[in-house]
Amino acid sequence: MLQERVPDLSRSLSDLVAPDRVRREVYTDPAIFELEMRRIHERVWIYCGHESQVPKSGDYYTLQIGRQPMIMVRGADGAVNVLYNRCPHRGNLMVGDRYGNSGEFFRCSYHAWTFHHDGRLRNIPMMESGYAGTPYGKDHPDCSMKRAARVENYRGFVFASLSGEGPSLRDFLGEAIVAFDDMCDRAPQGEVEVVPNCFRVIQKSNWKIFLENQLDALHPSVTHQSTGRAAHEVEKQIAKKAKKGEAPLSYHMLSAFATVTIDKWDAFQTINYPHGHCILTGYMGLRPQDPDTLAYDKLMIKAYGQKRFEEIVGVNIHHVLIYPGLSVQSPLQQLRAVRPLGVDRTLTEIWHFRLKGAPEPIYRRSLAYYNLVNSPATLVNADDLENFWKCHQGLSSEGGDWVSFARHHGRDIEKDGTVETAPNCGTSEAPMRNQMKAWAEYMRG
Amino acid sequence: MAKDVHFEVEQFLYRQADLLDRKQWQEWIDLFTEDGVYWMPPEPSYTTWDGTPAIFAEDKNLMNVRMGRVLHPDAWSQRPLWGTNHIVSNVLLEKNSANGDVIVRSRFHMMELRRDDVRHFAGSYLHQLKKTKHGYRIKLQRVDMTNAQAAYDYVLQVWV
Repeated sequence: MLQERVPDLSRSLSDLVAPDRVRREVYTDPAIFELEMRRIHERVWIYCGHESQVPKSGDYYTLQIGRQPMIMVRGADGAVNVLYNRCPHRGNLMVGDRYGNSGEFFRCSYHAWTFHHDGRLRNIPMMESGYAGTPYGKDHPDCSMKRAARVENYRGFVFASLSGEGPSLRDFLGEAIVAFDDMCDRAPQGEVEVVPNCFRVIQKSNWKIFLENQLDALHPSVTHQSTGRAAHEVEKQIAKKAKKGEAPLSYHMLSAFATVTIDKWDAFQTINYPHGHCILTGYMGLRPQDPDTLAYDKLMIKAYGQKRFEEIVGVNIHHVLIYPGLSVQSPLQQLRAVRPLGVDRTLTEIWHFRLKGAPEPIYRRSLAYYNLVNSPATLVNADDLENFWKCHQGLSSEGGDWVSFARHHGRDIEKDGTVETAPNCGTSEAPMRNQMKAWAEYMRG
Repeated sequence: MAKDVHFEVEQFLYRQADLLDRKQWQEWIDLFTEDGVYWMPPEPSYTTWDGTPAIFAEDKNLMNVRMGRVLHPDAWSQRPLWGTNHIVSNVLLEKNSANGDVIVRSRFHMMELRRDDVRHFAGSYLHQLKKTKHGYRIKLQRVDMTNAQAAYDYVLQVWV
């Protein structure tokens, strides 16, 4: 049935995506959305979660990959498995809670079929009498929970692919692997652990609109100027009153939206990689010389030595986008996982991580950003979400056919498959062009 | 005596909610002590706002940022018609100190209209109130929303 509803795009794809613009249906057509789920999200490597979300045997977290309900679960052997959240008997969801501990094994609430945490059938009530003379039983593959075709873990970050074919996780991530290296290397112990809270926010717009916004350097000083100005006013008042003459760094994180004016954004850079991944270089100046930072630097130098320390804190990143479903802010140890719910609805799951071995004030610094920018009472993303909704509404109209990504088109510098924006072209729409290039490649099937 | 306190506290809680519904942000912020905190934890098990993830954890400075942003002419998402309506009830006086300070629990239900969309938020308030010569002032307003952990369809922009 699904097959019949899905259009044959092989001929029309070039009509949908031009090098510098995209047809509006790419965002609004439910049939294209279905095909995206099959050809992109249910094939490529999708971020499931961090292994520290499931520290003990039986701990699980549910998640959506494309249209598939999945479970990330820790087995008794310590391995993190990713399974379809479905009982092979009558199709019930195996777990109904968003997260929890399943004990020594999964037990279906309907007829008590039980399963090991790697999905293998453990037992069926009265199995021998009930299934005598049938091919079904422990050794029949259709009696076990289905596993994700591939699962890989990079520095604690667990990814799954529902397709047995395609590049390895490392090859898929390519240079964008820096998202996880940059996050983990900033920990004196070289590891991060999750702060056990997930903020979940639904965007009333197509999933690609969010991804395109993540590295859009032209939007911050426009979209977020109200927060930038308000924070800058309070920042100045605090500085006037305070003895040391400085407001907490969190005010700077917000006021940068006003102080870094629109004309300055061209000074930054995006670096675009194969598979649609992309980096936006840093702009917030997160290396202050306060006592907390100096104490942290000391620990880092002790752990890594001066040379390696300089390399680690010198990594210049604001955002890393891992297409099609993850936005990582590695210097602030937070990420947003993108779960498309429908053509016009997108769930973001927002997590913060603690640098193992780093002093408490360093954790609190990035926590402030998590609370102020990424919480459901965000002072920043509220205006983004408003834009996304308006964008989706406008694209649903017949007031025009195209979405333009032509800014600085033709000036990008391409080398070995990597596209860098030219000097003083930081607001280039290269990241959107790069994402749509990957999109078109995936959609060709 | 306890009845008088109860009445006074109730009136204060109603006024707090009324100021939010009438968008009198400055007057609402003025209800807090200089070191007052507005806190909405992600779930009821949290015992401190200090150093933990929070939906809101705001002192007066941050409240001023939020107010400044909401009132700024370029706060795009503030343009559409929106409003709220709070009902506060089930007022339980938890602690009535000799110096007049009180700890009080209550329940709230807030309906929000934004463009044509209605949302409901409900939960409990915990107020630590300080008795001053100007009346009660809020040292801590803890808001435990029943739907705190539910996925947010859009976000919250002002205090609940």
